[in-house]
Amino acid sequence: MAGGPADHLDGATSTVDRQAVWSALGTVLDPELDEPITDLDFVESWTVSPDGHGGSVVTVGLRLPTFFCAPNFSFLMVADAYDAVTAVPGVSRAQVTLADHHASDEINGGVAAHAGFVKAFEGSINGEAAAELDELRHTFLAKAALAGQDRVARPLVDAGRTPEELAALTLGELAGTEADTDELIRMRRRRETIGLPAADDAPLLVHSDGSPVTVEQVPLHLRRARLQRVGIETNGEYCKSLLKIRYTDRAPAAAGS
Amino acid sequence: MYEKDGEKYFVVDSHCHFWDASRENWREGREQYAKGWIDCFYGYHQLGPPETHWDWEKYLKVSIDDFERDMFVEGHVDYAIFQSTYLKEWYTKGFNTTEQNSALLERFGDRVIVNGRFDPREGDAGLKQLEADAEKFNLKGVKLYTAEWNGDSRGFKLTDPEAYRFLEAAQELGIKNVHVHKGPTIWPLDKDAFDIADVDHAATDFQGLNFIVEHVGLPRIEDFCFMAVQEPNVYAGLSVVVGGLMHARPKFFAKVMGELLFWVGEDKMTFGGDYNIWTPKWQVEGLVDWQMPDDDQFADYPRLTTESKKKILGLNAAKLYDIPVPAGLGLPDTSADEAMAPGEELVDNKAGAQA
Repeated sequence: MAGGPADHLDGATSTVDRQAVWSALGTVLDPELDEPITDLDFVESWTVSPDGHGGSVVTVGLRLPTFFCAPNFSFLMVADAYDAVTAVPGVSRAQVTLADHHASDEINGGVAAHAGFVKAFEGSINGEAAAELDELRHTFLAKAALAGQDRVARPLVDAGRTPEELAALTLGELAGTEADTDELIRMRRRRETIGLPAADDAPLLVHSDGSPVTVEQVPLHLRRARLQRVGIETNGEYCKSLLKIRYTDRAPAAAGS
Repeated sequence: MYEKDGEKYFVVDSHCHFWDASRENWREGREQYAKGWIDCFYGYHQLGPPETHWDWEKYLKVSIDDFERDMFVEGHVDYAIFQSTYLKEWYTKGFNTTEQNSALLERFGDRVIVNGRFDPREGDAGLKQLEADAEKFNLKGVKLYTAEWNGDSRGFKLTDPEAYRFLEAAQELGIKNVHVHKGPTIWPLDKDAFDIADVDHAATDFQGLNFIVEHVGLPRIEDFCFMAVQEPNVYAGLSVVVGGLMHARPKFFAKVMGELLFWVGEDKMTFGGDYNIWTPKWQVEGLVDWQMPDDDQFADYPRLTTESKKKILGLNAAKLYDIPVPAGLGLPDTSADEAMAPGEELVDNKAGAQA
C-alpha cells in the first residue's frame, strides 16, 4: 500500500511505535456504519513527532464523505480518535482535527478543550445540543449487535440448520462450526459492550432486551437481523461512494509501518 | 409514458425539484453552507451513470426549458410532483420554494403537481398560509422537513401538539398526502431527525392521511420497514434509492429493493427521480430493465413483475393523487381483494418464508 501524504517519520528520536498509533486509530468505529475509520479512509493524514522531552506528539487529520455529515457522529469519531491515540504509550500530546465540515470549528474546539458534545455546541452557530452522545452510541451498538446475528447465523442457515436448532444454539457451541468466524468475535464484543448476553452459555439468537428467541420467532428474527445488516451496509456503501467522489484526487493515509 | 417490449408504463415522478442554488441566491455570511449543501447534492449526482453527469455550474440552477426536456421530453415522465424545500437560512429566496415551483404550473398546467409545506412552529400565521396555499395551488400534498431549523429550534416532531393541529387542518383542506423527509439529514442535534417513531404515531392517529416516507428512511431503512409493515397508510418513497444505488451499487440496490418488496410491498412503493439531483430518463429505463439477481443470496426476495413495475413507476402515485390514468395504461382493478402487506403474517411472529 502506498504511503499517504503525511506518512513518514518526522524524527528518528520518536519513542512511539508508529504501528501502535495506526492500530489505535483502527479501534475507532464510525458508530453508524460499525466499521473502523481506517478502513473507511476517513484518516487523511497523521504524523508522529518528538516533543523534545522524550515523548511524542501525534497529529491526525480526519475527513468525511460530505460537508453535512451528522455532527453528533462526527464528534464521536474525533473524540474517540483523540482518546485512542492519547492512550498509546509514549504519546504526550495528541491533536485530532476534522476538515471540510460545517461543524469543524465546534467539533475541533470541543475535543481540544475536552468538552462534551453539548459543551462544544454551546452558544455556537448551531445553538445548543441538548443531550450527550452515550445514548446514541448505545442505539447503534444495539443495531450492530442485531446485524451481527445475521452475519453469524447466515452460514448456519445456509448449511440447513432448522429453526429448532438455531433457537437452541449457544455461543459456546458455535466453536468449530461454520459460524466460528471473526464475525462471532465482533458480535460478542458488541453484545458485551451494551450488556446483552455474550458468555458461552448465552443463546446465539437474542432479542434487543436480551431474551432468547423462541423457535417460532426464528424466521422473523432472522429477517429483521438481515434487514438491519442491509441497512447498515447500504449506509456504508453510500458513505464510501461519496467520500471517493469528494476526495477523488487525494489519497487517504496508509498504515505505512 | 415509456414503452418497452410492447409494454406501456405510465410514469409519475413523485419527487422532484426546481431549485435555485445559484451564487446570487447564497445568503450573505452563510455562503459556505449554501455551497456545502449543493456540493453535497452534487456528490449524490455523481452516483449516476457517468454519461449523465453535468458540470457543477450547470447543476446550480436549471432553466424551465431544461426541465421540460429532461422530465417530459426525454425523461418519460407524464406527471411530476414537486416537493418544496425552503432552507431560507442559507438561500436568500429559498432553495426550492412553492413559489418557484408554481412558475412551472403556468407553463405545464396539470402535468405538474406542486406540493406545499408547513411548519408547526409558525403557529397561527403558518395555518393561515397553509389555507391560502391550499386554495391557490389546490394542494393534495405537503412535504415536511422535520429537521429544518427555525429560529432557535432545529427540528420538530409530527407528534408535537402543534403539528397535530396542522395535520388536522391539512385533512380538512383535502390535503391527504404527507411526504416526510426522513432521509440523509444534517442537524440531528437535539432531535434525532432520523427517528421515525413520530410518523408511526401520526399514521395511527390520522388514518385519513397517507404518509410517504421519502428516501425510505435511509439511513434508517430498518426502522422504516419495521414500522411500515404495521401501518397501512405508510408508503415508501423511492427517491435516492433508485438514483443513488441502481447504478453505483447494484448489489445493494437489489437488497434494498428486496427488503422493501418484502416488508412494505409493491402497492406502497412510489418512484421519485429527485430531479435535478438526477434526471429521470436513466432511472425509469433502468428500473423497467431491472430484475432481482438470480444469486442465492437474493433467493427469498420477491420478484418484480411487469405489473409491479407499472405500479411503482406511476400507478401507485396516481392513486394517491387522483391522477387520471389514460386508457390502456392502467391495470385491472384488484383493490376489491385488499392485498395484505407482505410481511404482515410475520408481525405476529408466525413463521413465514425461509429466513
